[in-house]
Amino acid sequence: MLEVRNLHACINGKEILKGVDLTIKDGEIHALMGTNGAGKSTLSNVIVGHPSYEVTAGSITFNGQNLLEMKPEERAHAGIFLSFQQPVEIPGVSMVNFMRAAVNARHKALGEEQMKSTDFLKLMREKRKFVEIDNKLINRSVNEGFSGGEKKRNEIFQMAMLEPKFCILDETDSGLDVDALRIVAEGFNKLRTKETSAMVITHYQRLLDYIRPDVVHVLLDGRIVKTGGAELAQEIENRGFDWIKEEVTE
Amino acid sequence: MSESNEFVRKVAEEKYKFGFTTDIHTEIIDKGLNEDVIRTISSKKGEPEWLLEFRLEAYRYWLTQKQPEWGHLKMPDIDYQAISYYADPTKKKKDSGSKEIDPELMKTFDKLGIPLEERLALSGTAVDAVMDSVSVKTTFKERLAEKNIIFCSISEAVREYPELVRAYLGSVVPYRDNYFAALNSAVFSDGSFVYIPKNTRCPMELSTYFRINARNTGQFERTLIVCDEGSYVSYLEGCTAPMRDENQLHAAIVEIVVMDNAEVKYSTVQNWYPGDADGKGGVLNLVTKRGHLRGVNSKLSWTQVETGSAITWKYPSCILTGDNSQAEFYSVAVTNNYQQADTGTKMIHIGKNTRSTIISKGISAGRSQNSYRGLVKVGANADGARNYSSCDSLLLGSLCGAHTFPYMDVHNNTATVEHEATTSKISEEQLFYCNQRGISTEEAVGLIVNGYAKDVINKLPMEFAVEAQKLLSVSLEGTVG
Amino acid sequence: MNGGKQYIDLYRESREIIMQHSASLMNAVRDEAFGCFERIGFPSRKVERYKYTDVEKAFAPDYGLNLTRIDIPVNPQDVFKCDVPNLSTQLFFMENDAFYKGNQRSVLSEDGVIITSLKKAADKYSDIVGKYYSKLADVTSDSITALNTAFAQDGLFVYVPRNVQLKRPVQIVNILRSGVDMMVNRRVLIVLEEGADATFLFCDHAMDNVHFLTTQVIEVFVADNAHADIYELEETHTKCKRFSNLYIKTGGYCTVSHNNITLFNGLTRNTTDVILDGEYSELTLNGCVVADKKQYVDNNTLIDHRKPNCTSNELYKYVVDESAVGAFAGRILVQKDAQHTVSQETNANLCVTKEARVYTQPMLEIYADDVKCAHGSTIGLLDESALFYMQQRGISAEEARMLLKFAFVGQVIEQVKLEPLRDRLQRLVEKRFRGELNKCIGCAICK
Repeated sequence: MLEVRNLHACINGKEILKGVDLTIKDGEIHALMGTNGAGKSTLSNVIVGHPSYEVTAGSITFNGQNLLEMKPEERAHAGIFLSFQQPVEIPGVSMVNFMRAAVNARHKALGEEQMKSTDFLKLMREKRKFVEIDNKLINRSVNEGFSGGEKKRNEIFQMAMLEPKFCILDETDSGLDVDALRIVAEGFNKLRTKETSAMVITHYQRLLDYIRPDVVHVLLDGRIVKTGGAELAQEIENRGFDWIKEEVTE
Repeated sequence: MSESNEFVRKVAEEKYKFGFTTDIHTEIIDKGLNEDVIRTISSKKGEPEWLLEFRLEAYRYWLTQKQPEWGHLKMPDIDYQAISYYADPTKKKKDSGSKEIDPELMKTFDKLGIPLEERLALSGTAVDAVMDSVSVKTTFKERLAEKNIIFCSISEAVREYPELVRAYLGSVVPYRDNYFAALNSAVFSDGSFVYIPKNTRCPMELSTYFRINARNTGQFERTLIVCDEGSYVSYLEGCTAPMRDENQLHAAIVEIVVMDNAEVKYSTVQNWYPGDADGKGGVLNLVTKRGHLRGVNSKLSWTQVETGSAITWKYPSCILTGDNSQAEFYSVAVTNNYQQADTGTKMIHIGKNTRSTIISKGISAGRSQNSYRGLVKVGANADGARNYSSCDSLLLGSLCGAHTFPYMDVHNNTATVEHEATTSKISEEQLFYCNQRGISTEEAVGLIVNGYAKDVINKLPMEFAVEAQKLLSVSLEGTVG
Repeated sequence: MNGGKQYIDLYRESREIIMQHSASLMNAVRDEAFGCFERIGFPSRKVERYKYTDVEKAFAPDYGLNLTRIDIPVNPQDVFKCDVPNLSTQLFFMENDAFYKGNQRSVLSEDGVIITSLKKAADKYSDIVGKYYSKLADVTSDSITALNTAFAQDGLFVYVPRNVQLKRPVQIVNILRSGVDMMVNRRVLIVLEEGADATFLFCDHAMDNVHFLTTQVIEVFVADNAHADIYELEETHTKCKRFSNLYIKTGGYCTVSHNNITLFNGLTRNTTDVILDGEYSELTLNGCVVADKKQYVDNNTLIDHRKPNCTSNELYKYVVDESAVGAFAGRILVQKDAQHTVSQETNANLCVTKEARVYTQPMLEIYADDVKCAHGSTIGLLDESALFYMQQRGISAEEARMLLKFAFVGQVIEQVKLEPLRDRLQRLVEKRFRGELNKCIGCAICK
């Protein structure tokens, strides 16, 4: 279970999050919506520990652990996975070596035995199927020369490899055509277990047609100003955010 | 994230694991350099008169020359009279007449991972082990002799195959070539000699392992490789030295002759002692390496991974005389702390349709300076010559420097010469992406640096590639915190 | 010391005359500059920055100098016609090193802009000239600059005050004119105050069939937020040798571009040193060389990034034909504090004949880690498949070759911001390739 309490965070001295409260229980899917610059990506970056952001007040706990005291890789080992909005390219580092390093680091952190090379490659082959990702991509450098859609698929593929407990999908739908969106979303759904929880950041209803949220939050100007069920997303799709802004100012 | 790149600021002490010394009786001649010293070296080796003359001519020429200053290097003053030019660790205290190798020497090379007993050797690699001025042992000589391949120390070659040595020694790197080549030609001690006869594929990797042990000595090895028509050899070179506070001088020459349709691969993993974290001590690695592609369709490939030495001044070069000859230079140079490297290559295109490729990857950390310097020259008759050069620099930290000095001289309109260079750093976004996937920053840097150097590492023979990858990670350990 | 003896002797003999016919501000730095020249002499080819040009040889012949400033009886307006239609410039002539007396009013009424003889300005505007003259061109490190500073008696001075924008480009036509072999030491000082905006076009022409040796030092000071575009176009003849050292120093938030185009010459050595001494400035250095016969062109540039967040772009293209020689050395220096520098350097060369020579040396010297720098350099021949493709479409091989060469340097010309000038250059270069260039009506050599 993820618990965010009164979270304030800033970047380059500018306050972006101004007191966020959020509880995501195991197995729940929460959608996070809001205008550009409202702080959605900031919230996800702060949860995974991006060093550019400074937390000035509040707390984040994950299954009882104080996340704010943990390094980014320790948070990853605890089971938190971020599907980046813009995955970075790492030239020269093959996906195989990259994933092997990630999987081994996780095993080590969890006190498990290192995987044998053959088992690892077998696992790669298996997981690839979830997102219908081409073997050629796997042999290339991390994200290098990938199209926008391939990068997003590659994120979900890594999720499959690392089997996280809590996933953040940061605008995973942006730049995807309908077919690619379906593949990515269905891949995610196949990977979910009863315990997996997720925070889905999106501007559009169409992703939420595939990944049904239990709860929808609206983040405006660094605060969650409205929370509702799946129907709230539909309403935003139809009416935009202005009516919520008006509600808030009233 | 702070402006000053928190993660690259901390430069920790790195451990040099080959820094031990061997306690062994070593016969060292008095310090200093003059004609008598050269005569002494020559007589200790029982050399013929012509070789002594060669040495003396080189010495006299050296006296007229000045140490070059064009490198992007801050070179410490070298007192050539404070160095001993001959150290022999194989000499017994009392000449017992025994031919057995001192067990201490065997142990030293075992510890370095170079077993000198053939039954323990890495599969398929013959080794010539050189400590200080003397070759300790060459393995698998008999097996190679079955194919008429000669692999022995150069001292032995001078005795056993004087005609071959005389025909090629100094033919690729004449003693007048440069200051350090002249010095080496005057005082060279040991090194390896390889001769591959016509139409022979050398059945195993040949390698020489150089070790400096004695204090206040320099190592001046000389390697000569001749690959005759239609033959092939892959040769590896490795080197280490103890940690000492003073600089140690290493001025070597490697000459390679490649005949018609022959191919030579020369790989180096250079791990001389780089000095401590404050820049004290370390080997001054001042080396002239050159191959002459004499024959048509001949091939020569230099691959180097340079992680050691306080100063590296080294330009493994190729003279492409034979028509359709092909040359390659693949280099990774890592500098950390106060190390300085000025390294690169020269590709001299003389024959028609000659091809050369240069791939250089510089990695600078700490307060080091890392320069690529290269010349591509296309002569008037080198119709259809082609060169492609790519020189990339990676900077880890804001106190180091990365420089690229390519020179291209083209005297033929049918030539195509291309050069590219880029400079980059490991971005914080890349590191964070790895962190988010559970990979620690230290490991991420190793991963990214090895990925960056991959094109070069892949050119090394298997065992060397694995060692090189480890070395890269170790050399940069502690550059990020 | 290399072969500078005749110049040392000349200076010693003529020091008084030189000074008598110049201004006191220029005389003030003369002896020091001469001392430097005496000490360093002409650079040998072992000097890294001059390895491609034999300076001593170029300076060895005996040239006359117009030290006593005798007027040359000619009206340049009669012999020079600018063939740029639609290019409305403020036109000024320089005769050898002197500001032509018949030029339009030298002090422009608008907003205190000054364009005049350097010698006159040194007396009349001594506060400005004194602040900048010989402050950027370092006499201690470059012997051409030292020699020029010792001998230069006059030249051009341009001053653009704060926030003044020159509506029309300033065109300076340098005319070499002499009945005997002549050495010219020209000096130019350009000062752009904060927020100023100006475009300069320098055209080099030679009117007489004698040997000319020109040294030129241009100092350009560009203050914060100022904008300068400088074009240099050399169309002299095979008996002309040109040694031109251009020094530019910028403040912050400047936009500066320099285009150096060599179409006709004998031997040319251009040194371009730019210091980016303020943040967020943008520099463009472009050059294009078309050389044949025995033309010799050596461009040597240095971009010194001293402050963070600046951008530099450099593009030099050469077409080297017959037995001409092209040399390019470009050094990009990124100092320790110059984080977030973005720099791209490109040099491309076409070597047309077997006798043509190309030397190229792009250099990166980087002391800051958070930078994006790249350089690329190519030497090659025309794309055979493109040639064939055009031939298949019925274009003659010769015409196809011309088109490809033209397209090759076109990339540099396209970056010329002034549209009429760009059009003119395109035509000029095309004519140059076709061998139809009728450069200037008055030119004695190239008719």
